[in-house]
Amino acid sequence: MLKTLLARARQGYRTAAYPVADPGLPALFRGRPVLDPDKCASGCAACVEACPTGALRVTDRGPELDIGRCIFCGDCVAACPEGAISFSRDWRLAASTREELVVTGDHPISVHALGRELQRLLGRSLRLRQVSAGGCNGCEVEVNALGNVVFDASRFGIEFVASPRHADGILVTGPVTANMKMALRITYEAVAEPKLVIAAGACAISGGLFRDFAEVGNGVTDLPVDLYVPGCPPHPLTILDGLLRLLGRYA
Amino acid sequence: MTPFVRTRNAVPVPAGAVPTLTVETFRREILSAIKRGERLLLLCGIGREDGGIRLLAATADDARGEIGLSSTVVAGAYPALTPDCPSAQLFEREIHEQWGVDPQGHPWLKPVRFPAGGPAIGEAEFYRVAGEEIHEVAVGPVHAGVIEPGHFRFNCHGERVIHLEISLGYQHRGIERALRGGPQKNSVHLAETIAGDTTAGHATAYCQLVEGLSGTWCPPRALALRAVSIEIERIANHIGDLGALAGDVGFLPAAAYCGRLRGDVLNLTALLCGSRLGRGWIRPGGVARDIATETLVELRQRLVAAERDMRNAVDLLWKSSSVRARFENTGVLSRQVAAELGVVGPAGRASGLDRDARRDFPTPLYGDRLPSVAVSDTGDVFARAMERWREIENSVAFAARLLDAPGDGSTRAAVKPLAPGVVAVSIVEGWRGEIVHAAVTDGAARFAHYKIVDPSFRNWFALAITMRGQEIMDFPLCNKSFNLSYCGHDL
Repeated sequence: MLKTLLARARQGYRTAAYPVADPGLPALFRGRPVLDPDKCASGCAACVEACPTGALRVTDRGPELDIGRCIFCGDCVAACPEGAISFSRDWRLAASTREELVVTGDHPISVHALGRELQRLLGRSLRLRQVSAGGCNGCEVEVNALGNVVFDASRFGIEFVASPRHADGILVTGPVTANMKMALRITYEAVAEPKLVIAAGACAISGGLFRDFAEVGNGVTDLPVDLYVPGCPPHPLTILDGLLRLLGRYA
Repeated sequence: MTPFVRTRNAVPVPAGAVPTLTVETFRREILSAIKRGERLLLLCGIGREDGGIRLLAATADDARGEIGLSSTVVAGAYPALTPDCPSAQLFEREIHEQWGVDPQGHPWLKPVRFPAGGPAIGEAEFYRVAGEEIHEVAVGPVHAGVIEPGHFRFNCHGERVIHLEISLGYQHRGIERALRGGPQKNSVHLAETIAGDTTAGHATAYCQLVEGLSGTWCPPRALALRAVSIEIERIANHIGDLGALAGDVGFLPAAAYCGRLRGDVLNLTALLCGSRLGRGWIRPGGVARDIATETLVELRQRLVAAERDMRNAVDLLWKSSSVRARFENTGVLSRQVAAELGVVGPAGRASGLDRDARRDFPTPLYGDRLPSVAVSDTGDVFARAMERWREIENSVAFAARLLDAPGDGSTRAAVKPLAPGVVAVSIVEGWRGEIVHAAVTDGAARFAHYKIVDPSFRNWFALAITMRGQEIMDFPLCNKSFNLSYCGHDL
């Protein structure tokens, strides 16, 4: 017992001061892409050639990157001879609409807070049922991390629950394999109205690396998605930030 | 003719040099190799040809670090190996599902991954224990926690589990099929997602295979950085699992500390490459970019600091009699059963199987720098937990040594074209155990066939056997002590 108490003192208080303080992401972290059209004068499309998921296009406005398909591997950065593509340390990647995930230039991405009535219904809590539908355990690891003492999503009232009956919505990961299609549908239907759908990770948003594979769908295609959280996998803060802005906790 | 052509880890042999035996000889030679103490590394169909389906078998001689390759051609049916070699059971189910071949005498030819064209998932028979007082408990595919999907069917008498059947396939994404015809620009990325928590392990297995097939020499500094990444991945997953085991017995202090520490260790991978899971880092020919010496010094300091906190948190487990009472004698896997089923990794070592690919199948990745290998013998949840901790200690010491002298020079070599018409097997000791990737190249030097064996593929059945005679309430604890991958199995 004494040892347990001493350990408690030693391990200390570890919860991050998010969103008040800067999260201190590592220098190499690949967050929101910044695409410089001025540097893309030649339009050589080497980045398009290098991209493993077909997330890039070169348009008259310079390179255009769909971060709903992007796996943030950085292969395009290495391929571009002009240095027109870089990944910033901005972890705020979530969006309310699929269109907003197609980025050019250097603009923040926005999430529209839920309507006043829905916010009133939810009060200070959001309970989600997570469904892995072909997720490789990358996104699942990062969703689980929201429960540890560092990110501690429960201090914002956000918790993952065991039953869809206890949930206000579902958070889907994975490209939605053919073999999980029915289970996903049943889980969604078991959640009481009104309900939210969150697609987390490139696979759930677009199929990601598995797009157009015969064995999978292209992510969450036949449920109404309220929040898209890009990444492969998304950093826990990217998920947390998206949820907090969806709940209108900050803009 | 010798029944096997012998090779080493990631060293290619001409496909024509692999003997083609009659089915009877093939069967007899594999069984006698197993009897000599070798293991079945893989058994799979590699293509259709005149006369039937070609089956490739690889055996592992751990003592010599040798891989034996042999093949046969089977028509519609052949006498199954499984009745005499239980470690073949899932390989033969897979052959049945993928190639329509009937391994006769196999006791349970149920679909493995339920691909399109076969029965719909969930529509297969489950093994049933007969009896008036037997009841069944069905769990999944969607589980209570944030984990991957799978179905567990328990046949119980009261609280006691008589039989557990684990039916997977929900995560089937077609990765092996997608790798055929490669290497392509998405190949290494697919390898990273075979099991997302084993990004470094699977990416290294893939890269090592491509380097072997192409005769590319990976620079020593890149090998050291890869080895460090694999050890950090091992530490992060092991400490996370120790925390989850603590949570499953309701011992929350250790659960909270270990959960935090897992994140701290994942952040070390992010320090190396920007991604907590090691995405976009390990690449054919080396690693994606070099790392500044100061970063490696910081990495070493933070790793050693994390170890002190881990020791403090994990010590609470060993010193709490209530935790020990739940861990000890729960979910016992005997050495004999573990060996027969071909169990790998910490689960095997906890049952006394002294095997570790880092030592037994050394590549230049390890060379003369070998980590210590811990082995226990009781085979219960306690042994599997303690095994994890001892591996953390060894991995921290090993990674620190590598970081003291990572070597100079380049971190990436240009990859040459693959050799046409060869076969190679690549083995990496990932945190769950032995990861095997094998490829056969065609005349155009493309992957004609690509086979992946995640350690989970071998170990899931051991979990089911471990549950026999257990209280059903101990399932979460037993399950977590193995912590196997669903997508690594379903591919």
